[in-house]
Amino acid sequence: MLKVTGIQKGIVIDHIAKGNGIKIFEKLRLSQVDYPVVLLINVSSQKLGQKDIIKIQDNVDIDFTMLGLIDPKATVNIIEDEKIVSKQSLEIPREVTGLFQCKNPRCVTSVDDYAVPKFTRVENGKIQYRCNYCEELTEYKL
Amino acid sequence: MNSTVKHLVDPNDFTVEEINQVIDLGLKIHKNPASYARLCEGKILGTLFYEPSTRTRLSFESAMLRLGGKVLGFSDANTSAVKKGESLADTIRVLDDYCDALVMRHPMEGAPKLASEYATVPVINGGDGGHQHPTQTLTDLITIKHFKGHIGSLKIAICGDLLFGRTVHSLLKTLSRFENISFYLISPPELKIPKHLKDYLLDAYKVSITEFTDLEDCIEEADILYMTRIQKERFLNEEEYMRLKDSYILTRDKLSDAKPELMVMHPLPRVNEIHYDVDGDPRAKYFDQAAFGVYVRMALISILLEVADHA
Ligand SMILES: [Zn+2]
Repeated sequence: MLKVTGIQKGIVIDHIAKGNGIKIFEKLRLSQVDYPVVLLINVSSQKLGQKDIIKIQDNVDIDFTMLGLIDPKATVNIIEDEKIVSKQSLEIPREVTGLFQCKNPRCVTSVDDYAVPKFTRVENGKIQYRCNYCEELTEYKL
Repeated sequence: MNSTVKHLVDPNDFTVEEINQVIDLGLKIHKNPASYARLCEGKILGTLFYEPSTRTRLSFESAMLRLGGKVLGFSDANTSAVKKGESLADTIRVLDDYCDALVMRHPMEGAPKLASEYATVPVINGGDGGHQHPTQTLTDLITIKHFKGHIGSLKIAICGDLLFGRTVHSLLKTLSRFENISFYLISPPELKIPKHLKDYLLDAYKVSITEFTDLEDCIEEADILYMTRIQKERFLNEEEYMRLKDSYILTRDKLSDAKPELMVMHPLPRVNEIHYDVDGDPRAKYFDQAAFGVYVRMALISILLEVADHA
């Protein structure tokens, strides 16, 4: 097995569903940062068969809302002195601001550059968000 | 943003109690307009019409002028400074210093809501695309209350395009909040009420909904018949259109089976869905409805400007 050393201080996003690692990597713009980041894919896992892992050194300030939206089953471990100091479970966010566009082309947020799309989740078993402005439902997809 | 300012962007921004308050004040103004003629002296209503809608704009302007206030604004985004790609937020931040309340008509859905987040004065939605038109709903309600004396316990038939009609959706959602309302919904099969809306009304308000394709099948029962525009292009099926087209044109003949105290309503302008021969029937209330639109807007403006108690 490929060996990757543990990190001293930072975040480990574990139990990412196979295939979601690269999506999270891209959405969190981890290719543009200047601190060390490791993306591991297809790691064998007892729970998931195969999983992806992201390790971020030195930074703990990432967008958890975005993470919850992409892969709510992933786990987040905050590391200090090479030890896990806290574990955070993710939730599908109830409120989302600016992470995706309203699907309604007639929505004011689709044309006004200054307007940031805002959504509230609809409890209907799907991951659907109601636009706070035009009330259209948008299904979140990557 | 000033969160204590009251806006009317969505009919749900007002509780049933607040809706009743606006309607009751509107009815008082209708009875005795002279006592309210100076209520808004020194106040300015901004009319920001990003698309033309002469009827709605004149109704608001008449309301403000009858209250002794003044109006300023634009009636078409093409002729105004707003065309130059300025964000709505910037426009509002500037214009709300010029006015004491703003009415906004906008082709983009959610624009008045966005405006209300930046405005320090009340924002009234004068229609946003296919989304909401709450002052039309208030107009419908005040007309019902004037002629029926109450808004609950009514059998309300609504006929026409129930799929796309924004007036209808807003009316359905608001009427459902009143007691004991039964709806008879008459439309071609392609233009039935959206399922999500029907489920929502049944679920949230336990209203009674019965659907029909022919107007004749329920006209006898109705206390109110609300007609809306229906365009031939909306029918997918030519045969169905030929079969049903006459069913959706209200004539005096068809009213012979209806109750003598029925109210026939229409948001206007009509195309051909109400035959001119109905106009002389005492049950035709659509021109009264347009007149009440001014009184209910007078009441709304007074309440939002917090001068209603000064009369
Ligand atoms: Zn929207």
